[in-house]
Amino acid sequence: MSINQKIVADLINNKIEFVTTVPCKQLAGVIDEIDAAKEIYHIPSNKEDEGMGLCAGAYMGGKRSAIIMQNTAIGVTINTLVTLIQYYNIPLPMLISYRGELGEPVACQVEMAVHTKALLAQLNIPTYHFHHPDDVGELDSILKYSFMGKKPVAVLTDASFWQGV
Amino acid sequence: MIRSEVLKNLIPIISDQLVVSNIGLPSQELHMLDDQPSNFYMLGTMGLASSIGLGLALAQSAKVIAIDGDGSVLTNFGTLPTIANNIADNFILLIIDNGSYGSTGDQPTYAGRKTSLAKVAEACGCENVIECSAEATPATVKAAIEGNQMTIIVSKCESGNIKVPVIDMDAPVIRDRFMREVARRNA
Repeated sequence: MSINQKIVADLINNKIEFVTTVPCKQLAGVIDEIDAAKEIYHIPSNKEDEGMGLCAGAYMGGKRSAIIMQNTAIGVTINTLVTLIQYYNIPLPMLISYRGELGEPVACQVEMAVHTKALLAQLNIPTYHFHHPDDVGELDSILKYSFMGKKPVAVLTDASFWQGV
Repeated sequence: MIRSEVLKNLIPIISDQLVVSNIGLPSQELHMLDDQPSNFYMLGTMGLASSIGLGLALAQSAKVIAIDGDGSVLTNFGTLPTIANNIADNFILLIIDNGSYGSTGDQPTYAGRKTSLAKVAEACGCENVIECSAEATPATVKAAIEGNQMTIIVSKCESGNIKVPVIDMDAPVIRDRFMREVARRNA
């Protein structure tokens, strides 16, 4: 099973039926896999805060939801994370491509990478960093943790993790 | 006719529907006029009422009315293509367009000048867009509830506000009460 298939299988096993995405090159494979999964309603969003609104609505409608986005989106979504997702106790797994880490070819991506963990820590968002392909083994527990605690959870996936996918 | 009067006239029509209400005065007015477990009040996060409403409509089968404002739709313009391309026939987006940012002191919006939100919605691919007067809004919303088609309504009204108390319910209480009501309707 590829990493992309494993991620989508974990989403489905955790009854996540509604996923919104804003693309990133590193996430292209997993987004294709989500689009193909008949168990998941895939709704691309134009901006990540919009996507979090969609996820909040779907969750209140009885469908577990998740968002897939790039770490640059942390800058876009701080207000939404604080005043919607955290304030209303809404669970939200966030699968995030961690651009600007080792192996990054685009210098500008480093500028947001150096702030990513600090911002997530400031927001008290539980954060997991997937660096080695084997780290995907923890995703199932992380998803369960997000729904149990009714909190947003960040999974940062860097270039080393995606290597060879 | 100002927004609070439009809302007051709408109450008999929307009281038994699932309603997602925009941040600020619209939520406060709805809460004062007709607090219900079927109302979801946004206490923060400008712009996302239409996104929350669409997500809710796609996830379950009961009718959903999102009450939004022109300023909030302008803030989250990306919502209109998403709505157009993800059809939920149980979804009604009611944009109360008073041409101003009402909750912050009635500063004018571009929707009150050259920008037509109805035309933007149509250009984004929304198929059933109706612009109506404040006076015609209750009948227009009633017809949309009775129809089984996703509908975007732009209700043109005057700028202005009344004094309303803030909502002192805790956010998780609003959310939990609303989710139980949604689940009850889908049981």
